[in-house]
Amino acid sequence: MNQVVFWGTRGSLPVSLTHRDIRERIIAALTAANGKNFKTRAALDDFVDKLPFSVAGTFGGNSSCVEIVGDSDDHFICDMGSGARPLGQAKIARFGIPNPQTYHIFISHLHWDHLMGFPYFAPMYIPGNRIVVHGCHADLEQAVRLQMQSPSFPVDYAQAGARIEFDVMTPDQPRYVSCINVTPKKQRHTGDSYGYRFESLDKTVVYSTDSEHQLENPDEHAEFSQFFRKADLVIFDAMYSLAEAVSVKADWGHSSNIVGVELCQAASVKRLALFHHEPVHDDKQLSRLVAETRRLEQITRGSQAPLEIISAYDGLTIAL
Amino acid sequence: MMNLPTREQAGVLIVSVSGRIDHTTSEEFSKTLDPLLETCAQGHPPVLLDFAGVDYISSAGLRVLMMASRRAKAQQGAFAIAALQPLVQEVFAISRFNLIVPCYASVDSACKVLGS
Repeated sequence: MNQVVFWGTRGSLPVSLTHRDIRERIIAALTAANGKNFKTRAALDDFVDKLPFSVAGTFGGNSSCVEIVGDSDDHFICDMGSGARPLGQAKIARFGIPNPQTYHIFISHLHWDHLMGFPYFAPMYIPGNRIVVHGCHADLEQAVRLQMQSPSFPVDYAQAGARIEFDVMTPDQPRYVSCINVTPKKQRHTGDSYGYRFESLDKTVVYSTDSEHQLENPDEHAEFSQFFRKADLVIFDAMYSLAEAVSVKADWGHSSNIVGVELCQAASVKRLALFHHEPVHDDKQLSRLVAETRRLEQITRGSQAPLEIISAYDGLTIAL
Repeated sequence: MMNLPTREQAGVLIVSVSGRIDHTTSEEFSKTLDPLLETCAQGHPPVLLDFAGVDYISSAGLRVLMMASRRAKAQQGAFAIAALQPLVQEVFAISRFNLIVPCYASVDSACKVLGS
């Protein structure tokens, strides 16, 4: 494994910037420019790069979809939220139509925000492509078929041109898939969710979203520390503040940046990606969240090696 | 059992907490705090945790505080925390716990508000 590409990072429901959001960004950028002249594109890029992320960029609004670029020709995808649409388009643009591909898709759970991109994933309509949907829910196939039935969607599942297979995995049992060992782990979420640990010869990535942690249970802490152990990257559900996660939003099935840092520190993880962003949070709030999380890591690190903290955004590509 | 010395000041029951409250000690902290919360009710002295001696608190420890605060509220008692060390205060702010449990700069300032 050498890269991870985030195609959708938003939790629960896709969101988008509004007219007012864009206007305020333009005003903020022009105010920062303060009458400067930019003679070259490079000068302009340099100026934009120095603007706050919440002015120059956005975390995006597509729901969960993450690509792990492996060492084989096969494609690895975690979840099929609305981010699966641009992912599918990028694959068609790169490989064209008469060039069959194999996609391994790992589904955390069957809630809508993690499946809604499936009908818009263009490779599923291309004959010759092979799509293997892996997951631990017994009704995995039924859930995928269900959303492509009348009256929910105009195109029936039977129209898919690709060969689609379903692989129901067993939690804690590793499966060797195209040069990667994949181990699912059951997580606490309504209807259950599953995290996945991807291990190649030299890299480990953990995808753990829609997972609430039982803070009063030290055994659970130890189990997840083991699941995350020495990972190069952990993609973690940091939807709520800790205060929300243990009070008004307890049992809603999500976690916080604080628990992410604690588990990753306990597991000696190299990099933590905050993920499954709360849809009501704007870019300023998410920027603040990642800054605070970095500070938390700094003040709780002790003598351990630093844990790098990033906040995933739609379109982010990171090298492992 | 964790040692939580108590004293009374201006009609407030002050509980001194010290050390690290993490995943290995939070259960003990909860069990030791539990009997002290029995009287955190209407008509009884407010309970104030003196955190001056706490140098680390994890999510598990913060959860214990949330449960304590919730119990006090249900009993119509007053529950608060005072004298957080600067780094612990940062953890409270980052976790947003400063929004759900009243935090005071010092025991004296808390007693002025909570005391009789």
